[in-house]
Amino acid sequence: MIAIIDYGMGNLRSIHNALTKVGGDPVIVSDSRDLPGADGIVIPGVGSFGDAMRNLTPFADRLFDSVDSGTPLLGICIGMQVLFDRSEESDNTGFGLIKGDVVRLPEGVKIPQMGWNELTIHRDTDLLAGIDDGDFFYFVHSYYCVPEDRGIIIATTDYGVDLACVVSKENVHAVQFHPEKSSKKGLRLLENFVEMTRC
Amino acid sequence: MLAKRIIPCLDCDLGVPHGRVVKGVQFKQIRYAGIPWELAEEYDRQGADELIFLDITASHERRETMAKVIEKTSENVFMPLTVGGGIGSLSDARTAFNSGADKVSINTAALKNPDLIGEIAEYFGTQACVLAIDAKRRYVREPGKEMVDTPDGECWFECSFYGGREFTGVDAIQWVIEAEERGAGDIMLTSMDRDGTKDGFDIELTRAISDSVNIPVIASGGCGNPDHILEVLRNTNASAALAASIFHFGEYTVGEVKEYLRKGGVHVRL
Repeated sequence: MIAIIDYGMGNLRSIHNALTKVGGDPVIVSDSRDLPGADGIVIPGVGSFGDAMRNLTPFADRLFDSVDSGTPLLGICIGMQVLFDRSEESDNTGFGLIKGDVVRLPEGVKIPQMGWNELTIHRDTDLLAGIDDGDFFYFVHSYYCVPEDRGIIIATTDYGVDLACVVSKENVHAVQFHPEKSSKKGLRLLENFVEMTRC
Repeated sequence: MLAKRIIPCLDCDLGVPHGRVVKGVQFKQIRYAGIPWELAEEYDRQGADELIFLDITASHERRETMAKVIEKTSENVFMPLTVGGGIGSLSDARTAFNSGADKVSINTAALKNPDLIGEIAEYFGTQACVLAIDAKRRYVREPGKEMVDTPDGECWFECSFYGGREFTGVDAIQWVIEAEERGAGDIMLTSMDRDGTKDGFDIELTRAISDSVNIPVIASGGCGNPDHILEVLRNTNASAALAASIFHFGEYTVGEVKEYLRKGGVHVRL
């Protein structure tokens, strides 16, 4: 079972449909007590950093336990950003599972970045199996993550700055784009994640 | 680099079971192009970047039918979906989002109640609110209107509502600037002078609007061939182009159009 954390900020139909489509068995979870049994956990991307952290706080302890025990975690968009220490968007602190900051997109580009942008892949990983340099993914965001350890960056995209859009630190994975809105390549990434939850 | 988007538009008649995608030819006879979610899947295979579903019947009782269409589509189609036509309130918008839509487009309701733009943006994010504009050229100078040079003479652009049946006196350039401040995330800009003609997009209109705002502008109305799309994406700041009939009736696939655009130097997702 893959737990999609419902933090009450929007509909999770797309990510649920997409995980189902690639053979996963997603369950939308709104109570942290349902996390321990999960083979994988997805933090979807809806809302703003502050609202997301407020609503996610009750999940924190069991989320940390799951991550410590090796359960694969995938953060999407805001769900990626909350894994970091802090964000310029809010006074709330993040989960700190990945060291680093979340900062606003630079001056001179349209904010939010909305649309299809290309990946530059820096390192091959299971998460990006079947996905090539230059493949496009769908982004909607105004802030981006700056990991302290550049070594965890798997792929970047160019939007006024080369921003980290896929990071992996052991079993913690995060993407800035929306795989559930990125057609075939997005489904492939989710299929790769579902594979990881079966190991 | 962000790709320019190609967006097939599905005009939906929801008065028949499951709904049908239709296309009016010269505003008269209606041709049926297919079942909405089947066409949506086909466009996904062809490489469309986004889909817009417009309820051309735009009546209240049809809202649930549209929700079913989107629910069904979102089981198999994984790209941004926009719903428009007759969205008049936050609750209409919520119905659309809950069925799987990522964005709603509003036109009449926003002109009558501009606060709706901000309300949708606040609840669902600015990216979720598409402001649709149906604009018509007016060659008679009026005080306070933004006059634009065109090969046919100086004109301003007037917004219409109720599906083009009534005019508002609102200047389209001034309206998009206000809409951006209020939180619109995209402008879906249709030229009433070109819509249905297949003579090409209104370049001067698209340029004037896309130079006035920082949010993406989707050019619409008049697309008859891939060259028209190349022209509007090369010669204006539009971020996307919308077309209906050239895709619905198999004249061109989305993939063919994108190949053509890439050869013409436009950055697209292939």
